[in-house]
Amino acid sequence: MKRKHVLWKLFVSTLYLSAFTFGGGYVIVTLMKEKFVDELHWIEEDEMLDLIAIAQSAPGAIAVNGAIVVGYKLAGLSGALVAIAATTLPPFVIISAISFFYALFRDNFVVSRLLAGMQAGVAAVIASVVWDMGGKVVKQKSVLSVGIMLAAFMAVCVYRVNVVTVILTCIGLGILRALLAGRKKA
Amino acid sequence: MIYWQLFLSFLQIGALSFGGGYAAMPLIEAQIVTSHGWLTTTEFADLVTIAEMTPGPIAVNAATFVGTKIGGILGALAATAGCILPACVLVTLIAGLYLKYRDLSVLQSVLGTLRPAVVAMIASAGVSILLNAFWGGGTIALKETNVIMVGIFVLCFVLLRRTKWSPIAVMVLAGVLNLAISMFP
Repeated sequence: MKRKHVLWKLFVSTLYLSAFTFGGGYVIVTLMKEKFVDELHWIEEDEMLDLIAIAQSAPGAIAVNGAIVVGYKLAGLSGALVAIAATTLPPFVIISAISFFYALFRDNFVVSRLLAGMQAGVAAVIASVVWDMGGKVVKQKSVLSVGIMLAAFMAVCVYRVNVVTVILTCIGLGILRALLAGRKKA
Repeated sequence: MIYWQLFLSFLQIGALSFGGGYAAMPLIEAQIVTSHGWLTTTEFADLVTIAEMTPGPIAVNAATFVGTKIGGILGALAATAGCILPACVLVTLIAGLYLKYRDLSVLQSVLGTLRPAVVAMIASAGVSILLNAFWGGGTIALKETNVIMVGIFVLCFVLLRRTKWSPIAVMVLAGVLNLAISMFP
């Protein structure tokens, strides 16, 4: 694969995802996984989950962070820059345009119905991806992994715990596991 | 200078908003409504609506919206640059460290513990979008359910699992279906 080809494909894919992704960062990282893992096979699934974790644990918009990690992984610094440009360009153009005729846009019946319907579609996309990824965690037959998944879901969804807290807790737990495993070996 | 002020304000928003998306909202409000008065509270509410209705991260949308209003296209550029700069530096740094050291057993263990939690967080985001689609943020009760939305959701889910439709095609279909149904009651 030529470098120029990778950069171009990265630019086009990220631009397309950013322009058509409604509903925030989690939706776009989900679609990035579909594109770069399932379709292009440029990134391994486990690696993609690690990259998403990095995107979430750093401050800033998840979509931008996700683009940076994927771009950096595929083509180094220039990849990260290309991905950032492609991710910020669509909202930049769209919002600049909209800020001039906002009232018209907001009250448009067609636009609001389309966007409302797309919410159900987005939810289905996320459900399908969670089905795949959750299934893989369950197939590991590790009580701890399934336990972490359920506990994290309860914490974030029901008890509204900040995701940063959940991530930091998991990092602490992971270090603890490594230390315990090291002691067993010694 | 106004460009520099826009840059600095959004630099702070970009550096401090952990957790993405709505986590940035209170920070944006504190900077642009409370401390600088660049937007009124009503304009801020409009901004949130625009951000919800258009693609792209809320913080980037806000940077473009406020920047355009205060300083035209140049203002929008300054604000957007400030907003994404902290992430560019930090995320590239962490990604570099990850790609170099990921074979270390400690990092393996940490990432192995994180992965199920990431799946859970994506699921949780999906649940809140689903609730909003089915009940519009109102009371969650069986008779209040938006049956059309449930139907569209089920159809989309089946299409995604059983066919090779791309997620974006499925999403567009969902929007068009909802529009078509609301036009022929």
